[in-house]
This record gives sequence, structure tokens and C-alpha cells, in this order.
Amino acid sequence: LFFAFVNEEKFPENGWMVYNPMSEYRRQGLPNERWRVTFINEHYGLCDTYPSLLVVPYNATDDDLKRVAAFRSRNRIPVLSWIHPETQAVIMRCSQPLVGMSGKRNKDDERYLDVIREANGQISKLTIYDARPSVNAVANKATGGGYEGEDAYPNAELFFLDIHNIHVMRESLKKLKDIVYPNVEESHWLSSLESTHWLEHIKLVLTGAIQVADKVSSGRSSVLVHCSDGWDRTAQLTSLAMLMLDSYYRTIQGFEVLVQKEWISFGHKFASRIGHGDKNHADADRSPIFLQFIDCVWQMSKQFPTAFEFNEQFLITILDHLYSCRFGTFLYNSEFLREKEKVAEKTLSLWSLINSEKSKYTNPFYSKELNRALYPVASMRHLELWVNYYIRWNPRIRQQQPNPVEQRYMELLALRDDYIRRLEELQITNNSKISNSSASSTSPSQMVSQVQTHF
Amino acid sequence: EIHIKEPIEKEVNPHLLPGELLLCEASTVYKYMQEDGSNRGTYGKLVCTNFKISFLDDDSASDDNEPQFKNKIVGENDITLQCVDQIYGVYDEKKKLLTGQLRKYPEKLIIYCKDLRVFNFCLRYTKEEEVKRIVSGIVHHSQTPKLLKRLFLFSYASAAPNNTDGRNQTVMFETLEDWRDELERTKGNVRYKAVTTNEGYRVSEKLPLYFVVPICISEESILKYEGRGIPIWCWSCHNGAALLKMSTFPKEQDDSTSQMQKAFLDGIYKTISKPPYELLKLDDLSSSLPSLQDIQTAYTRFKQLFLIDNSTDFWATDVKWFSLLESTNWLEIIRRVLKKAIEVAECLEIQHTNVLLIEESATDLCCVISSLVQVMMDSYSRTKSGFQSLIQKEWVIGGHGFLDRCNHLHKSEKEEAPVFLLLLNCVWQLVQQYPPAFEFTETYLTVLSDSLYVPIFSTFFFNSQHQRDTNRSGESLKTQTGPFRFLTVWDWAVQFDPKAQAFLNNPLYAEKPKPDKSQRKTARFKHQRQLSLPLTQAKPSTKRGFFREETDHLIKNILGKRIGKFINSADEPPNSLREFYDSWHSKPVDYHGLLLPRIDGPEIKVWAQRYLRWIPEAQLHGGGTIATAAKILDLMEEVQSLQVKMDEEHSQAVSGDVHSVPLLRNSARLSSLFPFALLQRQSVKPALPTSTWKDLEDEDDLVKRDDEFVDLSGDML
Repeated sequence: LFFAFVNEEKFPENGWMVYNPMSEYRRQGLPNERWRVTFINEHYGLCDTYPSLLVVPYNATDDDLKRVAAFRSRNRIPVLSWIHPETQAVIMRCSQPLVGMSGKRNKDDERYLDVIREANGQISKLTIYDARPSVNAVANKATGGGYEGEDAYPNAELFFLDIHNIHVMRESLKKLKDIVYPNVEESHWLSSLESTHWLEHIKLVLTGAIQVADKVSSGRSSVLVHCSDGWDRTAQLTSLAMLMLDSYYRTIQGFEVLVQKEWISFGHKFASRIGHGDKNHADADRSPIFLQFIDCVWQMSKQFPTAFEFNEQFLITILDHLYSCRFGTFLYNSEFLREKEKVAEKTLSLWSLINSEKSKYTNPFYSKELNRALYPVASMRHLELWVNYYIRWNPRIRQQQPNPVEQRYMELLALRDDYIRRLEELQITNNSKISNSSASSTSPSQMVSQVQTHF
Repeated sequence: EIHIKEPIEKEVNPHLLPGELLLCEASTVYKYMQEDGSNRGTYGKLVCTNFKISFLDDDSASDDNEPQFKNKIVGENDITLQCVDQIYGVYDEKKKLLTGQLRKYPEKLIIYCKDLRVFNFCLRYTKEEEVKRIVSGIVHHSQTPKLLKRLFLFSYASAAPNNTDGRNQTVMFETLEDWRDELERTKGNVRYKAVTTNEGYRVSEKLPLYFVVPICISEESILKYEGRGIPIWCWSCHNGAALLKMSTFPKEQDDSTSQMQKAFLDGIYKTISKPPYELLKLDDLSSSLPSLQDIQTAYTRFKQLFLIDNSTDFWATDVKWFSLLESTNWLEIIRRVLKKAIEVAECLEIQHTNVLLIEESATDLCCVISSLVQVMMDSYSRTKSGFQSLIQKEWVIGGHGFLDRCNHLHKSEKEEAPVFLLLLNCVWQLVQQYPPAFEFTETYLTVLSDSLYVPIFSTFFFNSQHQRDTNRSGESLKTQTGPFRFLTVWDWAVQFDPKAQAFLNNPLYAEKPKPDKSQRKTARFKHQRQLSLPLTQAKPSTKRGFFREETDHLIKNILGKRIGKFINSADEPPNSLREFYDSWHSKPVDYHGLLLPRIDGPEIKVWAQRYLRWIPEAQLHGGGTIATAAKILDLMEEVQSLQVKMDEEHSQAVSGDVHSVPLLRNSARLSSLFPFALLQRQSVKPALPTSTWKDLEDEDDLVKRDDEFVDLSGDML
């Protein structure tokens, strides 16, 4: 079927071991007295697009969950994505409530949201971020969906984040391709770029994620994020907010975990969105949602060049293999299907490739910083087109590889290590020379000139 | 009502420079913090001197966090009179431009600066007569026409003890020697000579005292039209091809005069188009580049995008940022100028032809193009002293009219055009595209651009060498101290202490490996021998022979059309430029060799440091290019300290405890606005857009669709 199933490459690292949901939740300090791990979805009986292991409020029983599932689109109930280590405020993700035209209510869902709100002892309202523009959320009522109304959820406050749907994003990328291929627009580059709206969409996604992160961090309030089904815009928002709040996700392994958790395990429909192995697939289901997320990450790494352990090559490699089918990582729409097809046994993970050659993907400027919220500035003044990805085939645009700044920094690092080594040697010889003083191996002046040429 | 703090009893006095006089002042002025619409700010005194407008914070004494990067002459609350761009008064919430005589006095004063700072002062708590005095004082001294001699430059020069040692690596091009050295450096001395014809400014007051022309040009022809129509040498390429410039004749009504001028030009072209000179190409910049008026209009619109009143303004303009940028045309002008420089470089480097740049005065776009070509082709111009020497050669001595172009005296807005800023913007594009190729940083370029408005240096405050020389004598001021000794901007120690100067040097600069001293000597010797050879013996290369056949044809062409666009004209293969550009970009970059800017749309960027540096909304906490730069500096410090340690080990000195760990800066928390940030806000609140865009009319059908075409109400049945 897919090349991934016949790929016989061997890697020293096994990327399928990178993500273990239990250890990731433990890293976050879960379960605790307010949050529990449930196996209710072990055989994907509750929700076939969710992972088998879920974290839910301690005070909600499995029966509660089942009743809540009936009121959430595709049974995607609110579950925990991330907990703030200090405020204990959480990021929850789910799909839209099934309010419909008649404005249905569900006592269990209402109570469940209140349980979530109370879990960190907060008195203020629970914040709900609906990723959609409000008109779309309203329109969704016609097909049985909708949003949490004020009457039904008096303890919640709802905000629309105005992020457009997958079709708009697909069109936007199509327009972007038109202005860089086959030739890069010459004379009216900026207005052409603006007319694609690509960066404006990026701005909105980042703005939404900043709001989520800020609410949890300085607002000390738990948030619930959803869109329609909770596997496209929701995944973008939760994963970007987590990237802003938790420096672990800014490491190579942490980012792999983030993608594995928020995107792959929570059922972002990679197969449908990319169109793997489906030539005749209706175009309408394809959309560059994951690409857009990676672009947002790139924008952040561009704004904060020392905050991420991984480099640009890491992000480009992920995108290349999103489409390549060389690895099983991005195949199929859900964990359920992946398990059925035995992807982990029969294919290799992309993380095997990356983790076996980590130095290639490491940003030399990375400085480890713990517990620091990292907010990008979602302004057009800072957002730029990711030239090295979208226009990389063009020899006239191609950036110097390797990056000269990075290269010189690496040279300096090598020089430092060399000095440290020589210094240790010197100290040893000097100590032994205390008795017999004689000529030294290298003269200091020689060393000095060497350094000067580097500066 | 805002509670007015009791005035603090201690007297805050402005820091005055030698020759600086306090002209008027007002107390209890409230300075708003720029960052938000809230009325946060500080009380203080607003003063106006013959040098600057200055706000003196009442609480300034408690200010103990000295910025790392401090200008010793112009503080963060100082605005030199020449730096004031526009002054607005606010009357009943309405903004009105203040220019001359005032009838009513405003409640608020907004000062927009040429370095893009914006100051907001509230005068509501100030005594009425003080308001009158300070507002009319500021408007008068910064916005109305001024005599040259009233520039602060002169008061400073006569009062300040000039104890700068003057020892600077920058070549000033004030002496014949300097020009001869430059000719020798570029090996241009075989076919070009430095002339003394303009001593006493006999030829022209616009030309420098000394300059360089082709050897075959006679003194007589130089004198004939005050130097017009004479090719003046800028630079020689390693292959002997030279870059020349020429000022043309103004449009002449009289037919016979214009016939004579034409004949004169034809004669000149004929002389310099035959061997030993290379084939000559002309480029009339006034027709191949945007006019000065276009440049001025574009920049006026462009800078307006960065003079932001408040946060709402910032986010409102963010929505249509790219089209706003494009509509200014500024980036497009930068692109066209860079493209022109590439064209000229191609002619010199590949086609091996001389290039003659033509412009009416030869002191505006000629300066931009010739400087850019040298920065691209001569790695010496990418060192700090080399770049400074270049600015001296092409601009300061070359006769760019800084005084008029910057409108320092408020004489005529018609003459104003940011030609020098255009060059700096173009050079910045190269600096950010090829960081290891430059000895200086973008911060250097930014402070250089700021120095345009600091009238203690003579560098940017005269139109020509003649004007400076005649005003230097000091006779009209009746001072007995003899000629003024002006400072040069290249003496960076005047503005910055050594620690701050470190920010001007690029730690990534890949210094050119120096050749062995012995080798250098022989090269020099050879060179001198060549000089003594009679010209006729210069052997024409086979390549030049090939060109010679073409020369006649070209001269005919020139004579036929008089002056026109010849670069990239029809008789040239149209793709040669593209080929040159593409083939250069397909090879690895030699940071000491030819450097070509990338000029495709996405590559031309906004000089963020200069234009965004005062806008709090745009700042990234712990981000920006400064984050990597700080890491590099830290590492360099560490390497240097290891070096010291190693030397100690070698000398067997008492080692160990004496040595300290390198002092690591807290790089993670630097703002991206560093080193310019006025306010180091420690706020953890992220900046959130206040207005977002939703306009997608053209895709209405898509917008309304849902992600998935599944009727959920059906699911529920």
C-alpha cells in the first residue's frame, strides 16, 4: 500500500518510543487529586477519533463522560491537553456542542464544564475559545452544531477567534503558490503576498493561541478550546499555546511529543487533509492545516532564535515527510485506524530518522530556559513568508546554506572546546613541569593569531 | 482630575555642551509614555537650547539603570533641533501642524523626530506664559529658516576645546596625497591622475579641492565649463575598468551654446573612449532611476508608517501593512537602486568597460550608485574605515549637498531628499543578506543615520568642501581663535564610550587574511615601477583589441544620441545581466570578493532596527537578532578569557583563583529593540492585536462552508 510498509531502512533510534501518553501526563504532574486518567476509550468505544488514554476531571465519572459524549460532535468530549504547573489552570480540547437549530441543552455537559472550571479552584468564569468566526458558529446550528450559549452556561465566557475554515486555508495556499511559482512576483510582491491572505491567517492563528496561553498563564483561568470537530483549528490552538507556555515542547523531543500528542493521537485527519494514497479524493477534504501550524512554529522560532532546540531544517524535514509516505508517522486519520493497520509494527517513525541524526536538526543558539512563557508578536511587521520552505526550489532566492551566522558560531564553539582541551593539557604538563622547566609545545602567540583570524 | 505632584524642591538643570545656551524653559510639563493610550507619564521640565529640545524628568535622579548603549551627546529625552521633523499642537483633541507664528497655544505638543521617535507633551499644568514661551521657542528654533552661521556647529566649535587627536583611520580626501593613495590602492594611477586645478576653487565651488580625472584630460577643458562635462574618477576595478561620474550641462535655450557644449562633450567622449581606455558606457541616472522628488515622496510616506501615536494606530495599520508598505514605493526604489548597481558592476566586472554615471550635479544619485558599486566590489569598503573613507570620498568631499538635502536650515523644502538615507538603506540590505562580509553592524548604520542630525560634527552640515572651508575661517564671527576646528562624525568616541562602541563592530566579520609582509613589499615595488612607465608602452591586452573594433561603432552611437541610456541598451545581449546575477548566486559566497544583493521581492526588507526601534508593540522580549548576537558576544568573551588563561599557564603565573568566569549577560531577557529600547518593560502581557481582519468577500462561498460536509443533526436521529 504505502511505501512506509515496505521501507527497510534501519535507524539506531526507535521513534515509536518517543511518545508515551502516560509518561507525558506524568511529566505534567498528572494524575493528581483533581485530574484522573481514564481508560474508558481503551477500545475506542467512546470516541473513535480520540486516543485510548484520556485525562478528565476527577469528579466526573465514566458514565458522566458517556452522557457528555452524546452532546459533543463525534463524541469528542472535553479532555485535558495541558495543565499549568503553578496556576493549575488547564487547556481542554473538544468539539462543538450539538445545540442545533432548536437550541438543545444537555445538563451533563453543562455540569461537566462546571466541574472543569472548579478543578483548579477558580471562582471566575470558565473561558471558552471557539476558533471559528461567530457567523460560522451560528451557521453550524443549521447542521446540528453550534456553541455554548450564555443561558445554558452562565459560568462560562465565550470568545470567537475568527479563524477561517479548511477551505479558506486551502485557497490561500493555492494563491501563495501562484505568486511564487513558476516565477516569483517581481514588481508588486507585497500586495500580491497580501492578496493571498496567508500571513493574515497565520496572524489570526497565532493571536488565538496567544490569547489561550495568556488566559491560562496570567489570567489563571482554565480554558476550553474547540472549533467544529476539534481536530483542525483546535489542534493548532492547543499545540501552539502549549509551545508558548511549556519550554519542554521547544526541545526536539518535546516537539515530537507535542505533534504526536495534540495532532496524531487526537485525530487530526492527516490522511484526508494530505490525501495520502487517494488520487481521486475529493479536493474539499484536503487542507494545509498542519503546514500552517508548522509555519506558525517557524514564525515563533524566527522571532526567538535562541528559544528552540530545533532548527529550520527540522521543521522542513517534518513537512517533507508529511507528504513522503516514507514513514508511518503521518499515515491514517486516527489512532484507532493506525492500531488496526499495525503502523507502529510495520513502519518506521519519522522520529527514528531525526533522533538518529540529532545534530543535524539542532539549533546551536538554543539556550535552555525553564518555565518561561514565550509570546510571539502577531504583527505583520514581524511575520514573514517562509522563503526557505515555500520558495526553496528557486536558485535565485535560495538562502546561503549553511547559514553563515550559524556557521561562524559553530566555529567559535569548536575553538572554545579546543581551548578548553589545550588548557587542560597545559595544566597537566605545567604541573609536571614544576620540577623540570623546559620548552613548551605551542607558543601562546601562535594561538593568539589563530583567534584573531576568526574574529 | 489628575493630581499634580508637589514640585520637587531640587533644581533639575539641563546638561549643556560647550557653546550651548538655554533659550527657554517650562516646568510641570507632563510627558506621556508613548506606549499606551492611558495617561501614564512623568512630570518634568521642557527646555529649548540652541542645540536641542530636552525633557528633564523631575525624578531623573532616581534613575539608576544606566542604559548599556548610551549616546553621550544626545540623551534619550533630547531632540536636537535638526532632528525635529514635525511639530503638532493638539487643540480640543484636534491635531494641528505648527510651523510659524502661533495665535493660540495648544494643550498638547507632539514632536515627531527624524530618527522616528515620537514625543507627547501635555502643557495643561504649565503656566500660560511658560507655554507661550516654550512652544513658540521650539517652533521658531526648529522649524523656521536659519542662517548657516547660526548652526550650533559654530558655537560648539568656538567654545569646545578640540582635543581630539584627529588620528583616525578614515581617509578624509582633503589632500592631494589622499587621492593619490586611493589611485595607487586601486591601481588606477596608470590612466588617471589627481589634479590640483581646483586649488583656490578656480574651477568650481561645487567640486572638491582635489579630484581625479583621466590623464588625457587637459586643465583647459576642466576649466572651460566649471568642470561640467568632465569625467571624474570614482574608483578602479581590479581589471582596470573604472567608474566615472560627470555633471552635465543644464538645458540650454540658446542653440549655439548648446551646439558648443555638444561639440565639447563629443570631444571628451572621443578622447576617453580610445585606448588605453576601455570601452565606455554611459548611464544617465536622471532618466534611469527615480527622480529626487520621487525619492522624497516615497520616504515621506514610508516614514509616516512608523511614526505611530498609539497602540490602536499600530494595530489598525497592521491589517493592511503590506499594501501600505508597497504604496509608499520606498522598497521598490531601494530595489531599483540595487539593480542599477548590479548593472554597473556587471559592466565593470564582466564586460570590462568603463562606466560613466551622468547626472546634472553628479552629487546625488551618482553618489548612491558609485558608493554601492564600491561596497559590492571592493571589500575594503566593507570595513569600517573603508566605508567611512568611501563616504568621505563620494559624499562629503564629493560634494553631496547635505545641508540642502536634509533641509537643515529650513530654507527650501524643494531641495529636500533623503539621498544619503537611501544609500544606508541599500547598504543595510547587503549587511543583512551577508552578515560576515561587513566589519560593521546594522547598529552602526543606524547610529550613522542618527548622526545626520547632530550638529556638532561638520560631516553632514555643509553642501561642499568649498562651503565648509570658507565658513571655517571664522572671520564673520570676529573670533580671534582662528579657524574653527570641526569634529568629524567618524570620531565615534565623541558620541559613544568604548563599551557602547563595541555594538558597532560585527563579531561575525570574517576578516581578510593578511598577506605576508614580505609579499606586500614586492607588490608595492612592482607597482611603482609600473607607474614610471610611459603610457604609450602599456600593452593592450588581446581582449582590449577585440573591444577596440567595437569602439568606433560605439562612439558613433554616442555622438549620434548625445547622452542616453546605454547600459543595457539594445546592442547588448539582453540576458547578460540575468546570467551574471544567476551565475554569481549559484556559487558559494566569497565574503571578500564581489557581493551581489538579492533583489527579488521577498528579499528586500524593512530595516526593522531603524524603523521599529521605538515602537513598544513591535518589541520581542528575549527575541530578535540581538538574541543570537548576544550569544555570539558571550561566546567570544569566553574564548578570549580562555586565551588569557592559556597565556597565564604558559607564563606559569599563579593560575586558578585569579581568573574569573566570563561575565555572561542576561541575553535571554534583552528586548529586540536593544540597544535602542527606551523602555525596558518587564511586562509579561503579550501584545494582542486590537483590530483583526475579516474581509474575504471574494471567497464568500468558501467562508460560509463548514469543514466537513456532514449533517450532524442527521447523526443524532
